[in-house]
Formats: sequence, C-alpha cells, structure tokens
Amino acid sequence: MASLGEIIRNSQIWKSVFRHPAPLDRRNRVVVMLTNFFLHLHPVSVKKQGIALSYTWCMGGVTFFLFLVETITGVLLMFYYRPTLEWAYHDILDLRDVTSLGILREIHRWGAHAMVITVWLHMYRVFLTGSYKPPREFNWVVGVILLLLTLLLSFTGYLLPWDQLAIWAITVGSNMARATPILGNEGPGQQLLSIGSIDMITNASDARFALLGARFVGEETLNRFYILHCIAIPLVVAFLLAIHFWRVRKDGGISGPL
Amino acid sequence: MHGFDPSFEARSAEFLGFFYLALALMNATASLYLWQAGKDKIKVWFNLGGVAFTNVLGWLSLSMLCVILAAAAMGGIPPKLPGWFIRNANAALTGNPGAIVYTLATTALLIIAYYWRRFFVKPVVAWTLFNASLLLMGLAMTNRPFWEIVAKPDNVPIVALVFLLGFFTWLATYKSVTNDDRAVEGLPPLEKDDDEKVLVWPDLVYTELICMIAITALLLIWAILLKAPLEEPASAVKTPNPSKAPWYFLGLQEMLVYYDPWMAGVVLPSLVIVGLMAIPYLDFNKKGNGYYTISQRRFAYIIFQVGFLELWVTLIVLGTFLRGPNWNFFGPFEEWDAHKVLVLNNIDLSQILWNDIFGTSVPTVTSDMGTFDSLLVVLKREWLGLLSVALYFIVLPPLLATTVFRKFFIKMGFVRYMTMVTLLLFMASLPIKMALRWAFNLKYIVAIPEFFFNI
Repeated sequence: MASLGEIIRNSQIWKSVFRHPAPLDRRNRVVVMLTNFFLHLHPVSVKKQGIALSYTWCMGGVTFFLFLVETITGVLLMFYYRPTLEWAYHDILDLRDVTSLGILREIHRWGAHAMVITVWLHMYRVFLTGSYKPPREFNWVVGVILLLLTLLLSFTGYLLPWDQLAIWAITVGSNMARATPILGNEGPGQQLLSIGSIDMITNASDARFALLGARFVGEETLNRFYILHCIAIPLVVAFLLAIHFWRVRKDGGISGPL
Repeated sequence: MHGFDPSFEARSAEFLGFFYLALALMNATASLYLWQAGKDKIKVWFNLGGVAFTNVLGWLSLSMLCVILAAAAMGGIPPKLPGWFIRNANAALTGNPGAIVYTLATTALLIIAYYWRRFFVKPVVAWTLFNASLLLMGLAMTNRPFWEIVAKPDNVPIVALVFLLGFFTWLATYKSVTNDDRAVEGLPPLEKDDDEKVLVWPDLVYTELICMIAITALLLIWAILLKAPLEEPASAVKTPNPSKAPWYFLGLQEMLVYYDPWMAGVVLPSLVIVGLMAIPYLDFNKKGNGYYTISQRRFAYIIFQVGFLELWVTLIVLGTFLRGPNWNFFGPFEEWDAHKVLVLNNIDLSQILWNDIFGTSVPTVTSDMGTFDSLLVVLKREWLGLLSVALYFIVLPPLLATTVFRKFFIKMGFVRYMTMVTLLLFMASLPIKMALRWAFNLKYIVAIPEFFFNI
C-alpha cells in the first residue's frame, strides 16, 4: 500500500514539474542540485567550513533575499501608489491609515534600511577574510558597484512618500551635484564650458538639473526618481547580481584558505 | 523635568519594560548555555557558604536584576541615569567643541579596542561590555532628548547598525586572534583545519531557508512594532532645521563642515568608490586569503578599519545623533535648541598669511578685471595654500617612497604605488583638515570663491 506522499511523488504531474525523485538519498541530493532551476546556482557539494555561519555571516545571502523582498513588496506598492504631486502623499497616507495590507510599506522601508546594513556587513566580512584577493578581484569590483546601487535605490525611494522628510533629504543630497567640478553650476571649472560669453553650465543645464529634471525638487524629480527607483536601477542591479553570483561559482565558490 | 510631553514617559517606560525583559531572557539563556555546556566549573568566583558562586550564577543574578528593572519600568518608574552623569556628559560634549571630544574619544576607543584586542575578544569581557552598553542605553532612554533622537523610526536602523558592527567586529577579531596564535605555533588557520566536504542539499539549502524565515519574521515584527515615518506634506517653502540627507549619507554631510560641497559631496565620495574598487589591485599581500587574520595583513586591516569604522560609521553616528539645528553639535542629553548661537570665526590660510604675517590687506579681485588678471591676483593671494597642497600631493609620495613606504614602492611599481599613496593622502586629508580647524580655526587652505575652488 503506497502512502499518499508516494502516490503524489509518483504521479505524472509531479514528475513533470520536478525532474528528479525526492532528495532523500545521496544520489538524489546530488541530482536535485543539477536539475532544479532555482538550486542550480549552487554547486553540488561545498567545504563544510566555507558555509559555517560564523565564517560567512550569511550577509550576502540575506542581502539578496532582502532584494527579493523589496522587489515583491515594491511591485505590490506600485499597484497602489501614483507618483504625482496630486496623489503621492495621499496614497502613502492611505497606505498608513486605511488600505488593507498597508503594512507592505513598513516592510518595504525597513527592508530597505536593513539591506543597506547587510550589504555593508557583507563587504566587511569579505574584506576581513581577504576574499577579494586573486582570483576574486573583479567580483569585489562588481560588489562595490552593487553596494553603490543599493544606496542609490534607497536614496531614490526616499523621495517617493513626498513628505517634508523626503523632499528635504533629497534636496540636501542633490545639492551636492551643483558643486560637481566642471559640470556643476557652482563647481570649480564651471567657467571652462562656455562659448564666448555664453555660459554652458547654468542652473538649468548642470549635473543637478540632470538629476532632478528641474531647478529644484519638484514634479519632474518625482517622476525621474520613480522610474530610477522602480525600473532603471533594479534592472541594472539584477543584471549585476547575475554576474556577481556566476563569478562566485567561476572564481572557485565560497572563499576559503588556499 | 520636561513635563510638556505627557506621552513620552509612558512610551519610554513601556518600551523599557520589554527591553529589560529581553535583557533578562538573554542573560538567562547565556547562563543556561554555560551550565549545559559544562562551563560553569571553570571559574569559581568565590564560595558563598559552601555554595560555589560560579559564572553561571553571576549571569543568572544579572538576569534577575533585569527582571526587577523590567518590573520597575512596567510600573512606570524605570531607573534613570544619575543627574551628575547627564550634567557631566553634557558639559563635556556641549557646543561645537563637542565634535572634537566625540571624535577624539571614538578614535581612542577604537585604538584601545585594537591594541588590547586579546583582552576584548574574551567572551566574558565581550559579554560584560555588551550588557553594560545595553544597560547604559536603557538608563539613557529615560532622558527625553536622548529618547527622541534614538527612538526616531528612521534612526532605529543606526542603533542596530552600531550593535551589529560591534558584534561582527568582535566575532572577526576573535577568529583572527585564534588564527594568529595558531600561526605563531606553525599551525594552519582554523578554516583550513577542516577540509571535509558536505552536500549542498541539505547542509546549505536548509541554512538558507532558516535564514530566510528568520529575516521574514524579523521584518514582520519590525513592521508591526514601528510605523514608517510620514511627516507633513512636502512644502518647498518650509525648510526643516536641521535638514538632513538619508542616514547613510550623513557621513558625507558631516564632511561639509570641513570641506566645500565639491569635495565633500562629489570628489571624496567618488574616491571612496574608486578606492574600494582598487583594493584588490593594490593589496599585493598573498597571505590572509580566505580566513580571518590581523597580524598577517596588518597594514590593509588598519587602513580599512580607519576608513570604515572611523571615517564612515562614526561620522554617520555623529551626523545622525549629535547634529541638531544649524548643524550645531548637541550632546546626547541636550535639548535641540534652534536658537543656540555658536560664534565661529573661521579664517582662511590667505587671511593668516596677509593679515597676520605680512600685516597688509588680502589682495582682492575687482569686478573690472579680466579672467587673466583675476587669475594673477588669485595666484598672488593664494600662493601659500596652493604650494602646500602641491607639496602634499607631489612631494609627499616620493618622500614616502624612500622612507616608510620603501618596501611598498619596490613591490608595487610606480603606477600602483602612486595610486595607493594618492588615495591614502586624500583619505588622510579629512582628519588633517579637522585638526587644522580645531587648532587654528582654519577654514580653507586654498580659498578661491571666484572659481568655486576652495580646499
């Protein structure tokens, strides 16, 4: 008499979805890693000390998981939130006070803060174990770019609630761009780019203007940051994550003493 | 003392009740672990009428003390910091000189922690310090200014960051010290001792699953307990004081005290990113690849810790918790008074040179001068500053290459050596400018506002 579990696992439907028997013996525990799309990121076997929590701190994995949490909660929030001066603040207010599952915004915001922290801790661990040393130099570079993009993701998202906290934080942050050398309206070398007496770099054509889409944080900025936050930066991050993970495998897996 | 916020005391007492309960649970777990693991007999502190008062009983009594504290907090009378402590802390840290005290104190703490790391990695020392800092924080939470800044929803992550960094730095140092001791005995690092391989299913995928569940639970609890901040609707005419960037950029905003935006906001952050990326190509030390160690890569370790813990994290903590209205420095127990006026008479190097040394007025650019003429005036006015900066970046590298960095220069070659030294000089320029500001009220070494070029 076969158990219900066995009947399910032997059915044609189950077998068509999972291309391997249940990972209960050594052979199938190897096979599952090779035939499952989600698991094939991993090798089949690893050094025991390489996956010790006290060694890896699991911070890279946690950062990736938080990225997934941010993506899922972010997509759900996009169904509700409208990035316009008229509605942005009201939609966030509704998410706080009346909308079912408005807690998604809390998860999204705290997840973002947590992601900034875990990505720093991941960098910290990789540095302290010297894991950027050959052959992993380039993957460290990719990691630094991902760290920068994490900060930019958080920074662009900071504006979206469109409250006092949001626009003044972005104003303070983006004021720096005004002082970009040569390309900023108040940056050194700003006079270099001019035709005759016509200044090419003004407050309506400098680096800050490119960032904000206007001379101050306004409707154009909200639109620009919304697209950067929801589409442009996540796409680049997803692309670089794929490279980052692939290189972890190709450069010899989780680091350990040579 | 400050009776106009009736909800503060109730909210802080409620929080502290759970806070002390968590502390009690933590210490009870610790003593249970020590007892179960048979580690209670290692050190008998003293005998109490025939009953050995071991470390297990010690942590258990701390746990019971925390239960009493929790009961007091829940009853609305949480124990407070003594008045003399608050007065002295405020006196030591009030006003803009407070940034000097804060910076020197954190630097000293980091140096002590590094130099005596063998003492601090002992679990019992670390656990004692951890408990002490949590208890101090609990006591401080009854102080309204402290509570308001620490319990601000967006600041909670920074409190978490400080404790997490403390824990992970301890863990890494603990492992490094173990490995360094083994190296002295000629043994390989602990990470190498165990070459056993395991299957990813189940050993790794289960760990990942548990991590995912734990993080999900943590996020859910955090989201339920703490509302995301939402202030008044955006208004372009009502500027909040202080206006702060998001917390992870507050180290950069703090640099604005010492540098103009083009340096603090553009050049230095870009160099941080470039410098981080350059690390693997500059660090030629083959040791310490894939295991924790300090003594085998001391130089890289110290430079990174100075950059990360001292110049990045402590500046963020300073910018978040201790900078109030007008970016003035406020002690942790000090009210944020927007009308507090601090007189700052910062002067440029050219002013010192022309006014104080030459005894004449500083040459000025007038509006009828052409670009060339004004450049000449600027050069005449700023020659000392420009010369110092040039000496710093051009003369120091070869000087260092023939002295302290001799071995580096020989091993690295010209290009890699120059890259490293230039990055290090930029990094060192921040503490140098801080020291010059504190010692001489120096604002700019080179002040050319005509071309937005101030250093």
